[in-house]
Amino acid sequence: MEVRSNPAPAMLSLRGIHKTYSVGANRLHVLKGIDLTIAPGELVSIMGASGSGKSTLLNVLGLLDNYDTGEYYLDGQLIKDLSETKSAVLRSQLLGFVFQSFNLIHFKTAVENVALPLYYQGVPRRERNRLAEEYLARVGLADRAGHLPRELSGGQQQRVAIARALIAKPKVILADEPTGALDSQTSIELMETLREINASGVTMLIVTHERDIAALTQRVIRLRDGRIEGDERNQPAQAPVPAPPALAEVSAGLS
Amino acid sequence: MFSLDTWQEIFDTISKNKLRTLLTGFSVAWGILMLIVLLGSGQGLSRGVEYGFRDDATNSIWVRSGQTSVPHKGLRPGRNVQFTNDDYDVVKSGVRGVDHITSRFFIRGNVAVTYGDRTSSFNIRSVHPDHQYLEKTEMVDGRFLNPMDIEEHRKVAVIGVRVKDQLFRGKDPIGEYIRIKGVPFQVVGVFTDIGGEGEQEVIYLPISTSQRTFGGANRVAMIMMTVGDATVPESQAIAEDLKLRIAERHDFDPNDARAVFISNAVEGFQRFVDLMGGIRMFVWVIGVGTLLAGVVGVSNIMLIAVKERTKEIGIRKALGATPWSVMKLVLQEAVLVTSVAGYFGLVAGVGVLELMAGGLRSSDFFKDPAVDFKVAVSATALLVLAGAIAGFFPARRAAAIRPVEALRDE
Repeated sequence: MEVRSNPAPAMLSLRGIHKTYSVGANRLHVLKGIDLTIAPGELVSIMGASGSGKSTLLNVLGLLDNYDTGEYYLDGQLIKDLSETKSAVLRSQLLGFVFQSFNLIHFKTAVENVALPLYYQGVPRRERNRLAEEYLARVGLADRAGHLPRELSGGQQQRVAIARALIAKPKVILADEPTGALDSQTSIELMETLREINASGVTMLIVTHERDIAALTQRVIRLRDGRIEGDERNQPAQAPVPAPPALAEVSAGLS
Repeated sequence: MFSLDTWQEIFDTISKNKLRTLLTGFSVAWGILMLIVLLGSGQGLSRGVEYGFRDDATNSIWVRSGQTSVPHKGLRPGRNVQFTNDDYDVVKSGVRGVDHITSRFFIRGNVAVTYGDRTSSFNIRSVHPDHQYLEKTEMVDGRFLNPMDIEEHRKVAVIGVRVKDQLFRGKDPIGEYIRIKGVPFQVVGVFTDIGGEGEQEVIYLPISTSQRTFGGANRVAMIMMTVGDATVPESQAIAEDLKLRIAERHDFDPNDARAVFISNAVEGFQRFVDLMGGIRMFVWVIGVGTLLAGVVGVSNIMLIAVKERTKEIGIRKALGATPWSVMKLVLQEAVLVTSVAGYFGLVAGVGVLELMAGGLRSSDFFKDPAVDFKVAVSATALLVLAGAIAGFFPARRAAAIRPVEALRDE
C-alpha cells in the first residue's frame, strides 16, 4: 500500500511476548512469542478460535494484564511491570475499550456512563456531561442521554460504550468481540460507526471470530495456539469507505 | 480527596442500595446507642456515689476511741480508752503530715436549746476552729469559731440554717443569745452544709467552753484531721504513726483492732475512685464491643457489596480508575454510612439518657445520667475510626479486583 511506503512510528509494538497462566498445578502457556507492530491509524482485526490467546493478547495490549517476557511499546513507551496506578493512568490517557457485553454501569444513565472516563481524569461535572452529550450525538443517541442501559437495545448500548471509549480522546481503541452480542444487521451498522471513528485517526484493534467483521478491516491477524499464524492485508476494494464529511468534522473539532 | 464529585458518586451508590445502607446503618446506630447509654449510666452511678461523699472532706482521718481487746504489758483487756486534750496536742504537734485538726466533745443527755419562748432539741458539737475544714461547712452569716473563742472559753455558738429557721423565724440571729441547757451562748455565725438537713440542724460550740461548762473536764470523744493532698500510702503512714502514739499514751497493743477506730477517708475515697475507674473501663469495653459488632456488620455487608460490584469496579478500572480511587470510593461510603448512622445513634442515646434521668428521680446510687462533651467527641472520633476500619477490608478487596477477571464474560 502507498500509505505504508513511508512508515510512521509504531503505535503498538510487541516483541517476543510470552504469557503463562498457572491454573492449579498446571501451567498454561497462552502466548508463545508474539511479534506485532501496528502503525497509528490502522484498523486491525485479530481472529482466532477460542483458546487461541486472542483475549489474553488484548488484555496485554490494554494494560489489563501483564506479560512474562518480551517487550511491549505503547505510543513509544515501554510497558513493563507497571504499577496498577501507573497503568490506570496510561489506560485513561491512551486507551478506549469496547466489550462484547457492553459493560455499562447499570445504575448510571447513558450520559453518566459516557462521562465516566472524564471523571477519572478530573474533568468538572458540567464540562464532562456537556462532552458526553456531544459524543452521544456523534453515535446517534442524542435523544437517549437520560436512559438507563436496560432501557436501550443491544446496538444502542454498544454505541453508548463506543461513545464512552471515545470521550477521553484515546489513541487506540481496543474492541473485544464488539458485535458478538448483536444481530447481523446491527453488527454491520456498528462496524460502519467503528470505521468512521478509525477514519478520524484513531488506531483500532478489533478481536472477532466472524469473517464478515474481519473483512471490514484493513488488516487481519490470525492467532492459533498462542502464535501469529497469518498477517494479511485486505484488498483495497474492501478498504473502508471514507468517513462522511459531517462526522469527520466533528472528530476534527474535538481532537 | 473530598471533592463534591466523589461524594456525588457515593450518594449515587447509596441511593441505588437503600435497604442495604439502612440495615448497615442500623447496626452502627444501635452500637453507638448502647455505648452512649452505658457510658451515661456509668456516669450516673459515679455521680450517685460521689454525691454520698459530698458532705465530708475526702482527705480526712477520723479517730474514735474504743475498748482494748487484748492484754498488754500485764494489763487486762476490756479497758476503755478515753481521749483527752493531751491526745489532741500530741497528734497536733507530733504527727507529721496533718493539715487541719480538731477534736469533738459531745454533751451528755438530751440537749434543749431555747431562744425566747421557743425550745427545741439540736445536735451540739463542741469542736476546734479547724472543724470547718472537715465538714464542708459554709458560712452564710457572721463567722465560724476562732482560736480566741477556745482560748478565752467564750460562750459563743455557730448555728445551722435550720436552727436559725426554727428558733429565730426570720429574725437576725447574730448577736442574740440562745440558752443551751440553760446556759446563754451568743450566736456569732450561721452556716449551711451541703450534707443535707441533718447537718444543717447542728450547733457548733468552742470545745474548751463546753468542757468547762458541761462537766467534760479534758475529755474528748474523737479526733479528726485532714492530711492535705496525701496519697493513699502517705495517709496510711500517717494513720499508723497516729495509732502508735496513742497506743503508747494509753498503754494498749498497737495491733489491737478494737482499742481505737481509725477511718481513713483517703483510703475509702481511693477505693471509690478505683471502683469508678473499673466501672468506666467495664462500660467502655462493653460499649466498644457492641460497637465492634456493628462495625463487623458494616464490614461484612460492604464486602458483599464489593463482591456484587466486582463487574462495575472492573469497568471503572478499565476506564482509568486507579486502585486508590476505588479504595476511596468504598472507604468513604463506609465512613459516611457509619458516621451518619452513628450520629443518629448518638442523638437517640442522649434521648434515652434524658428519659432515664427523668424517670429515676435520683436514688442514692444513681444521679444525673449524662454524657459530657468529651465523651461525645471521643464517641464521634470512634465512629469515624470505626467506619474507616469497617471500610478498610472491603476497600482493599475492591482495589485488588483485576479488570480482566471482573470483565470476563460468562
